Amino acid sequence: MKPGEVAIISGFSDELLSVKLLEMGCLPGAPVRFNFTAPLGDPICISVLGYELSLRLEEAATISILN
Amino acid sequence: MSAERLKIALVGNPNSGKSSVFNHLTGLNQKIGNFPGVTVEKKSGMTILPDGSAAEIIDLPGIYSLYPRSLDERIVSEILLDHASPLCPDKVVVIADATNLKRSLLLLTQITDLGMPTVLALNMMDLVARAGISYDLHALSNELGIPVVPINARKGSGIDELKNVISKPIEVPGKNVFNIYPDLKLAVQSVRDRFQLDNDYEAYQFLQQPASLKFLNDEGREFLRNVSDTYGFFPGKFQGAEAIHRYTFIQTLLDRVVLKAADLPWKKHTSAIDRVLTHRVWGYLIFFAILFLIFQSIFAWAEVPMDLIDSGFAAISEYFGKILPNTMLTRLLTEGVIPGIGGIIIFVPQIAILFAFIALLEESGYMARVVFLMDKIMRKFGLNGKSVVPLMSGVACAIPAIMATRTIDNWKERTITIFVTPLMSCSARLPVFTILVALVVPDKFVLGVFSLQGLALMGLYLLGFAAAMLTALVMKYLVRVKERSYLLMELPAYRWPKWSNIGYTIVEKTKTFVLEAGKVILAISIVLWVLASYGPGEKFEHAREHVLNESANLRLTPEGLESRVAAYKLEHSYAGIIGKGIEPVIKPLGFDWKIGIALVTSFAAREVFVGTMATIYSIGSDDNQTIKDRMREEINPETGGPRFTPATAFSLLVFYTFAMQCMSTLAIVYRETKGWKWPLLQLAYMSALAYISSFAVFQLLS
Repeated sequence: MKPGEVAIISGFSDELLSVKLLEMGCLPGAPVRFNFTAPLGDPICISVLGYELSLRLEEAATISILN
Repeated sequence: MSAERLKIALVGNPNSGKSSVFNHLTGLNQKIGNFPGVTVEKKSGMTILPDGSAAEIIDLPGIYSLYPRSLDERIVSEILLDHASPLCPDKVVVIADATNLKRSLLLLTQITDLGMPTVLALNMMDLVARAGISYDLHALSNELGIPVVPINARKGSGIDELKNVISKPIEVPGKNVFNIYPDLKLAVQSVRDRFQLDNDYEAYQFLQQPASLKFLNDEGREFLRNVSDTYGFFPGKFQGAEAIHRYTFIQTLLDRVVLKAADLPWKKHTSAIDRVLTHRVWGYLIFFAILFLIFQSIFAWAEVPMDLIDSGFAAISEYFGKILPNTMLTRLLTEGVIPGIGGIIIFVPQIAILFAFIALLEESGYMARVVFLMDKIMRKFGLNGKSVVPLMSGVACAIPAIMATRTIDNWKERTITIFVTPLMSCSARLPVFTILVALVVPDKFVLGVFSLQGLALMGLYLLGFAAAMLTALVMKYLVRVKERSYLLMELPAYRWPKWSNIGYTIVEKTKTFVLEAGKVILAISIVLWVLASYGPGEKFEHAREHVLNESANLRLTPEGLESRVAAYKLEHSYAGIIGKGIEPVIKPLGFDWKIGIALVTSFAAREVFVGTMATIYSIGSDDNQTIKDRMREEINPETGGPRFTPATAFSLLVFYTFAMQCMSTLAIVYRETKGWKWPLLQLAYMSALAYISSFAVFQLLS
């Protein structure tokens, strides 16, 4: 995904992390927008459920999306 | 029950305005302590309900779910689940950011499922109106089966209504949002029977997070493990499914109660600011400009009040010295206790200014961006983006800095941050640096603008910072833990800070510093006073006669005589004897026994160095000289040259940069890490680093 793009969350590849992400509102079927990255490329900022969430790239990589 | 005070817990997401609600309810009637057995800060306070009764309000750490992500968050589950605990609340107020109701309701439904009488306080109703959102609050209250109170914690509106609702009996909703899966019904029933619980979801929590429940004994834990094994369950199982189930329920609920959704799906205003503040060039430039401003303020604005406190306490000592009879107790008061208290109070201006800035950055939402900017760099060193705040604070004082590490969820990253923070040059090192730099670095300018002395001083700060980062890097590979490191942090919308919240933070942090660190500093300064004021044998007792004999040929003024007597006494006091005792050890570093005395006395607090030097070097010099001049004229009897050669002075500077000469820091590390392991390791490591570096510097330069 590129900054500014919107996608739909389809699932997670990490069992442990998925619980945290679900609780933070990253739900399958929910739209997510990639806002911008930190200056060094990591972490990144996404919008989900109407708020801004920052997470590391390796954490973001566990979220699968539908385009 | 009626005789007991009502206990009310405040629960909510981070950034939901929980602390504003707490401040409104309790005012300055707050008490900061620790939850028993853990280092989580416990904030509680009193409020008067409309019926005239007092209620205790407990502010719990901000959480997104009952399932904890960090050690600090475990306390919430523990308190809510331990009915035997005196802290277990009678009622819970869930504070929700009404602009983000969906996420807040996840936590709310978990708490109502526990069967706790709950009130939902919808905060930030003003922002809701501005975003164009509108809720049917009656329907929301009916659907959830609990009272709902709209509030605006920034303005304080709705707080009276909230108190009103709290004081009345609260119905518990009849049915749960999340029902235990049929396979686990029997497991849950056996847990309920064993621990006499009256709620399925509560028993389910026992199975889900036995590690959070510190009140369980080994037998209880063993029982839970057996039940889990029997039914093929393990802690963490179904947590994701539960979240999805709850969100499905919440979505259906919201479809009915949201009359109008937000006008804009993504926040525009905040992202415009973020484009500048997290820009690859401007982002860092602005951050460093803010850092620079903070350090400037700490040193520039704090100077006047610090001087006032210094002279104020000197005046108090003098006053008591005059009006009280000259006894041992008086001297203990005027030379030990009062300067000891002064030594604590003198740091209050710097700590207050520092925390004013940190609170300002946190309140406005900028601090989350600092973490965002620095996370990648800090992670390379085994730290976390959140380590930036403690390291910054460490330049003022390591004590509040170490207390600020509590926001770091990951145990390893937090421990490393605590370990390296005292290497940041704190303000107590500054007087030592100033005097030694002035002694050996020429007062010249390079390139016309840079003062050599200023550069040397800055170099010492950088040296401390570099040592902190390198130590962290080494520890990253030495400390082995399996715990995973997360970031997953909300970037809250930018807001104007609420000044009263900043005021409360300053009061709270300063109070903690004065009480926690103060005890240790005071105790040690009394011990040191005794060591420096008493000595064994005839030489100490008849100091005056000895000085008079030795200086019979000199025409001394009365003050000159007094200072010589004082110096002579110090030389033959217990402190002096210790100084001479350690001379062989510190000789390779270029120090003599006189510096040894200063090292001993500054073990409790570094800034004592200057005062000790002032007393000890009053030997054999004229009266009207400054400490600096006296130190400059001191002769090394072995070489015939000056005692403070550049080699000795730089060696001493390096020693003070690295050495752990602060009892209060050790005490705080002990408290924060819950044991002696880390403070002792820290003491050993920093002393070794100081000794070896000083040795290298002295041997290279001389």
